[in-house]
Amino acid sequence: MPGPQPRQGAHVELQDVSKSFGGTRALAGVSLTINKGSIHALVGENGAGKSTLGKIIAGAHSPDEGRLLLGGEPVRFHSPRDAIARKVILIAQELSIVTSLTVAENVFLGAEPRRAGFQDRRKLRRQYADLAAAAGFELDGDAHAGTLRTADQQKVEILRALSRDAELIVMDEPTAALSRPDVEALHAVIRRLAAGGTTVVLVSHFLGEVLELADQVTILRDGHLVRTVPAAGQTQDSLLSAMLGRPLEAAFPPRQLAPADAPVVLSVRDLRAPGVNGVSFDLRAGEILGLAGLVGAGRTEVARAICRANRVSAGTVTLAGPHGPARVPVTGDPRAAMRAGVLMIPESRKEQGLMLGRSVTENVSLASLARVAAAGLVRTGPERRTVRDVLAKVDVRGGSQVAPVGTLSGGNQQKLLFARSLLRDPRVLIADEPTRGVDVGAKRAIYELLATLTASGVGVLMISSDIEEVLGLAHRVLVMRGGQVTAELAGDQATEAAILSAAFGAAGNGATERGSK
Amino acid sequence: MSQATTPSALRATPRLPRDAIMSRARSGGIIYPFIVLFIVLAVWKGATFYGTTNLLAIVDQQSSTLIIAAAGTMVLVAGGIDLSVGATYALAQVVTTKLVGSMNPVPAIGIGIAVGLGVGLVNGVVATYFRINSLIATLAMSFVVGGLASLVTGGNLIIAYSALGFANLARTQFLSVTTAAWTMIGVVIILALVLSRTIAGRYMYASGSNSEAARLAGVRVQQVKLITFVISGGAAALGGIIDASRVLSAQGSNGGTTLTFTVLAGIVVGGTSILGGEGAIWRTVVGTLFIAMIGNGFVLAALNPLYEQITLGGIILIAVGADAWSRLRTTG
Repeated sequence: MPGPQPRQGAHVELQDVSKSFGGTRALAGVSLTINKGSIHALVGENGAGKSTLGKIIAGAHSPDEGRLLLGGEPVRFHSPRDAIARKVILIAQELSIVTSLTVAENVFLGAEPRRAGFQDRRKLRRQYADLAAAAGFELDGDAHAGTLRTADQQKVEILRALSRDAELIVMDEPTAALSRPDVEALHAVIRRLAAGGTTVVLVSHFLGEVLELADQVTILRDGHLVRTVPAAGQTQDSLLSAMLGRPLEAAFPPRQLAPADAPVVLSVRDLRAPGVNGVSFDLRAGEILGLAGLVGAGRTEVARAICRANRVSAGTVTLAGPHGPARVPVTGDPRAAMRAGVLMIPESRKEQGLMLGRSVTENVSLASLARVAAAGLVRTGPERRTVRDVLAKVDVRGGSQVAPVGTLSGGNQQKLLFARSLLRDPRVLIADEPTRGVDVGAKRAIYELLATLTASGVGVLMISSDIEEVLGLAHRVLVMRGGQVTAELAGDQATEAAILSAAFGAAGNGATERGSK
Repeated sequence: MSQATTPSALRATPRLPRDAIMSRARSGGIIYPFIVLFIVLAVWKGATFYGTTNLLAIVDQQSSTLIIAAAGTMVLVAGGIDLSVGATYALAQVVTTKLVGSMNPVPAIGIGIAVGLGVGLVNGVVATYFRINSLIATLAMSFVVGGLASLVTGGNLIIAYSALGFANLARTQFLSVTTAAWTMIGVVIILALVLSRTIAGRYMYASGSNSEAARLAGVRVQQVKLITFVISGGAAALGGIIDASRVLSAQGSNGGTTLTFTVLAGIVVGGTSILGGEGAIWRTVVGTLFIAMIGNGFVLAALNPLYEQITLGGIILIAVGADAWSRLRTTG
């Protein structure tokens, strides 16, 4: 790395910026200064306004009130295009990759080298090679962007920003969908960008990441600025309590281990399905079984196969019967699996879980309409009351039951999916990434909910990319790699190192190898 | 005490921003322009417009369109679209009119409706189990079905002037309202109840709103969508038969794309989304009558009917644009 760059001077200044959406105030009178060449993190709970702030800096939203100064000069961005012209670029959480184009074409999209109106392929390749080399990325420019992993798609976005000579890049949750080694690689890229004089505004949920990377941290709560401080000298706890506005509770509820003789509620034998190559395990009543592994290791595929959301080619899934030890095979479609007592909270609540335009009540009651209907007619009174009661159980406070769920926070949306499952009295609940994109308060509430469920005898299979979460909640951990379970870890064996080495296929640190079972 | 801790809770300034007004206007939607147009025509043309004779005539004329549009609303809500209703209307009409010449009208009507249900079933199977986009599937079917209708007639007008029993279907008056209108009222109310009050209706909204989520929540999405196409086919047939009963004649070229697009216009102007998951049958009724009122206004005012089409096209653009724009606002 070259020697330390001069890091003085404000790159962006916000003065008294406010922004409202509908009736809700997303930002209220926020002022802050972002220095040139620094990594400036924005943190806060969901709905605190950090993404909005990032989008205002990058022109995706315009402020209702207040001023934005770029290099000391007042600017008014009406669109991201205006911001790009001033070398300010946003990399949004939802990546904007054109999957049918190649990597190089994506990078230079809208600014392709041309000759006589046609794309100049040779020049495109050359420009791409130069750019990728300068950024230190090894990414095939001719690969189709749609075939890339999320981490590599992110690199495409970064290269696109660099190709436009970005001086300031706003990254909104860049690591949310990445697995561990990809996160490390991205961190290195971000550091390199800043060392080269690019200003990076980092919007992130991951406080560890913020502390590791950022020079300055701005903490937001309910649209208000709490404070901007140097990252050095802060701890996760100090950031958290500033975000919450109250002292911190323990991250995880106390673990109530299921007794060793608890009956097996779900047993999976030699399950084979797309992405699943022979998985076997038992889940006991009252147990939280964590399913860890890298993205793409087959965890979600196991969940979807058990629920029959995906076709199963071989193997059996059986469930303890609702009355006594008789076992029922899980077959057919998701409907049949639900009837047997297996409920799933899918990986992506927006794509696979919720009807965003429909009301809270409709979303929650969808899987249990027969309970509140007579002769096929939905009785709205009982429906509303049933939903209200279950909402209280999952701790969705306030808000209207007729509001479209698209207007709710991520945490509340996730809780609605729990509510939907609870109405079916599950015997087995499969929660796939139950806290992804959810704020700290809601995370804690979801943990409590999982603990309450297991205390009542439900078996929980929890998939999570957050190793801390798996370690903090699960009674037992299965680690997957290449569609198979490579390790089973319980008690003291379950450590971050053991999970990681099993996930990568290194020799297990005291892990029970299950290769030849 | 310390007021710095939770300023947001203390200063919850109540204001009514533009977005809130927009969303309120959207939930009422078509009802406001409908009322405005009604008042304008009533003031301008007086009893010629709001007299019972004129209003009942509008409703009577719109009977078949409303029946087909009510069923079409279900198809759109469930995430599909049915472009074959015009052709199905014609096929059922010619089949029944041909049969009433030689048999009792009741089974003839039954067979005509069965033909419509059959077309709907094929549409549904192709659009769901064969996974062909319903726009393409029903467009293709509209050619097939339209061709069949011409085949039945041999290209001629089919006349059933002697089958007076058949005329009872549409022309009988009860409480000075035609049976065509009564049939429409009955069918529309039943379909509206099914869509808004039953489990099946909820599943239609779920399938159109997010089909993967609905499937994972145990909804048989394919079946639900299929049923909407069957209902739509049956409704198109009923509409065609009612209109044939008015004039005791039928031909293969009746209905067609004009009817298909009139029906769709009523649904969309009412505010049902072509993207699925949103809409209601009462909206379709108001939207269809709104379009009918424009037509009626042109007639009463003796304006050049050529402008009617231009006006209608403009209104559809505004309706669809308002829907897209308000979606953008709420999700942005």
